[in-house]
Amino acid sequence: MKQFLVFVRKEFYHVLRDKKTLLILFGMPVVQILLFGFALTNEVKDSPIIVVDYARDVASQSIITRLGASQYFKLKRNVLSQKEIIESFRDGKIKAAVVFPDHFNEDLEHMNKAQVQIIADASDPNTATLVTNYVSAIVRDYQSDRTELMAVPYQIIPEVRMLYNPQLLGAPNFVPGVMALVLMLVCVMMTAISIVKEKEMGTMEVLLVSPFQPFLVILSKAIPYIALSLVNLGAILSLSAFLLELPVKGSLLLLIGESTLFIICCLSLGILISIKAKSQQVAMMISLVGMFLPTVLFSGYMFPIENMPLPLQIISNVVPSKWYYIIVKSVMIKGVGFMYIWKETLILIGITTVFLWVSLKSFKIRLE
Amino acid sequence: MQNNKSDATEKVIVCKDLTKRFGDFIAANEITFDVYKGEIFGFLGANGAGKTTAMRMLCGLSVPSSGHALVAGYDVYKQTEDIKKKIGYMSQKFSLYEDLTILENIEFFGGIYGLTRKEIKEKGRSLIEKLDLQSEAKKLVASLPLGWKQKLSFSVAVLHDPKIVFLDEPTGGVDPITRRQFWDLIYEASARGITIFVTTHYMDEAEYCDRISIMVDGKIEVLDTPSNLKRNFKSTSMDEVFYQLARSAKRSD
Amino acid sequence: MQAIIVKNLTKTYDKGKIQAVDDVSFEVEKGELFGLIGPDGAGKTSIFRMLTTLLLPDKGEASVDGFDIVKDFKKIRNTVGYMPGKFSLYQDLTIEENLNFFATVFNTTVGENYSLIKDIYIQIEKFKKRRAGKLSGGMKQKLALCCALIHKPTTLFLDEPTTGVDPVSRKEFWDMLKRLKEQGITILVSTPYMDEANRCDRIALIQSGKILSIDTPAAIINSFSEKLYAIKANKMYQLLKALELFPKRRNSYAFGEFAHATFDQTIDKAELKRYLEMIGLSQIEIEVIEPTIEDVFIKLLNKHNHAE
Repeated sequence: MKQFLVFVRKEFYHVLRDKKTLLILFGMPVVQILLFGFALTNEVKDSPIIVVDYARDVASQSIITRLGASQYFKLKRNVLSQKEIIESFRDGKIKAAVVFPDHFNEDLEHMNKAQVQIIADASDPNTATLVTNYVSAIVRDYQSDRTELMAVPYQIIPEVRMLYNPQLLGAPNFVPGVMALVLMLVCVMMTAISIVKEKEMGTMEVLLVSPFQPFLVILSKAIPYIALSLVNLGAILSLSAFLLELPVKGSLLLLIGESTLFIICCLSLGILISIKAKSQQVAMMISLVGMFLPTVLFSGYMFPIENMPLPLQIISNVVPSKWYYIIVKSVMIKGVGFMYIWKETLILIGITTVFLWVSLKSFKIRLE
Repeated sequence: MQNNKSDATEKVIVCKDLTKRFGDFIAANEITFDVYKGEIFGFLGANGAGKTTAMRMLCGLSVPSSGHALVAGYDVYKQTEDIKKKIGYMSQKFSLYEDLTILENIEFFGGIYGLTRKEIKEKGRSLIEKLDLQSEAKKLVASLPLGWKQKLSFSVAVLHDPKIVFLDEPTGGVDPITRRQFWDLIYEASARGITIFVTTHYMDEAEYCDRISIMVDGKIEVLDTPSNLKRNFKSTSMDEVFYQLARSAKRSD
Repeated sequence: MQAIIVKNLTKTYDKGKIQAVDDVSFEVEKGELFGLIGPDGAGKTSIFRMLTTLLLPDKGEASVDGFDIVKDFKKIRNTVGYMPGKFSLYQDLTIEENLNFFATVFNTTVGENYSLIKDIYIQIEKFKKRRAGKLSGGMKQKLALCCALIHKPTTLFLDEPTTGVDPVSRKEFWDMLKRLKEQGITILVSTPYMDEANRCDRIALIQSGKILSIDTPAAIINSFSEKLYAIKANKMYQLLKALELFPKRRNSYAFGEFAHATFDQTIDKAELKRYLEMIGLSQIEIEVIEPTIEDVFIKLLNKHNHAE
């Protein structure tokens, strides 16, 4: 055990003394999120929206007043026809439209249920999400105030329509994407490179010709990278919570658990690459081409998988980051519990098991 | 001097008080020596003694801090481009492209030294014949044994008939016969009037040189023929001479 | 007792295309300093890697300290010390950290076996806070030796420990090996430098995966039965050419500032001198000398090459 600890300490020395790599590892996610954060916050204030009020009753007027009072929106004139709304969007004059149907108040009174339509310009997905989120929040506010007042559970259902970009690729999707990418980078590439480095330096030979268990060599290399990944994860999550105002909606514990599973999956991949690769360059190439690109292409955070040809859709299923991405999105943004993601978790466990098994099988106690 | 060349009076390297400083550190300290045409000149020193720094200045790759030097008649301060045309260079670490064939290497290096197509073709053919590489000419350099690579890279380094060829630790780890074939090439080039400037820290290699200088801590401590050095230091081998000189060295890289 | 027994060891790479080690057999006595002498690519490293259990032989068998290199590989890994060709150190760790790390890996501490490495370690101790990547070749070599010795191995495998190291460090290194041998450690060392052969108790000359000769350096030199002449003249290139054309010549080659030559019959020095002068050489010296290991190696190589 002492041997193992000394080994882990040595790995930390390697990591901490390699300032350039550290800078890249921690700089990359921070820069990405900062850039993204700033791009966002500038847009959201005083977003021009129009209100289309077919109802013209107490409830609709009350919500419109609240919208107008909010610092986020600047209300534009009331337009009536659907055509005019679309034109306003085309001209890029407005970010969103809120449509109250006829009998809004009546529906609410009699059926305890009413609908409001929020249409957003999703060609700028980040703003669109935020704007609809804020409108929905204001509608919910009104709803809960009224429920309290009347002691009747009212329900207003905001019906959100995203124009131009129904996939809504953007802000909340970006953070899980960065998470998958960074974990992939740290765990797969860094682990593979650090093991191959020992081969290149010849130190692996000396370690093999020692009483130290060969697989412990590999295992102890993985530990600093697990730690590093978790620190990185924490940094991304807090940045997204405080800067992008995108906190983890679901259970943080669940998120960390799922992330650990993904980290193990990546580590076993990294180990597998390190066993096959002979030089650091090769390890880097395999990691980049074999892991990094599929993460960007097939996890769905940049390009919607649904729009891909069928063969690519099938391939995307074996990319672990796809499943991790779905899980993070569900937990972080939708705030759902384990019951909703057990399937994805199971798939991820399956992939991890296969990778671990293959890398254990192909691990050699000798040089060739 | 034992191996007097007939044209030994023509100086191809004139080096006077050549100095290179890196901040407070004096890598080469007022080194002074001459090298004659066709001579095999051994430039020796322990790791960090300043050999590489001195050689870089002579090749026109590094500007001296002070002192004077003429290489092939050109000034190391101002005429570095002319120097580069008149010298050849071979090191054990890099000399040939492993992923090009022998012919492609010859064409490439002939090309960068400005040989015409015809010259490259002729010189290339005679080079391949001399080294008996006809059946390998279209093979990748990577597939050749180490000894052949060394012979080939030396031949390529003198392809453009330079005045001086710099050999940076040229022969390590080859068998004694292959090594002699390599030295045969060097003797032949030297007989053709090409000056050979060899840096090495293998003393048995040094014994093949006409004259040897030994650098210790940035200075040239001795400069003489191997037999004179051995006599003066009452040693039976250059190894012992070097040991006596370098034992007192304070620097190492 | 034999510390190392090698029987008909064979190793090929690339599915049998490259014959790295070809039916090699030798034995190393306990406490012996045994040298494998041969150029790069002769198969030295492959033999070392098989003996240190890093590679499996294709054919043949071998044992170290009585343990089989295939079956008992774990036991061998516990007892031997190994210094691979490149000084295998962590460049970003200091001298001290490297040493402590390897001590722990071998289940020991620096303090426990300090007496064994003390002589070597004090030479680099003042740099103990310096990172290994910033050390000179000689210092790296010493540190690597300390790391290989720290667990008090019974047998030490040193693969080309003097390559890339200056003559001063080389000499010091062989002195250190001598002292280690006196402490009863068996040492198998490889080197491409013929002049280092004399520092070994026994040597094996090796080329293209085959052993050409095994014996003590003195006996190997004695096996050179011909009279060897050292010849010097004012022009080396012409001298070598002239010797090649000399009718009674058997073999001739450059050897430092001399040319070495053997002849089919005993020759008259005066006759040879006349011949060389006739060709136009001057300052001629001719003497009969004791051969070196390198002369023997050249002779064996010629025989070996002709046999093929």
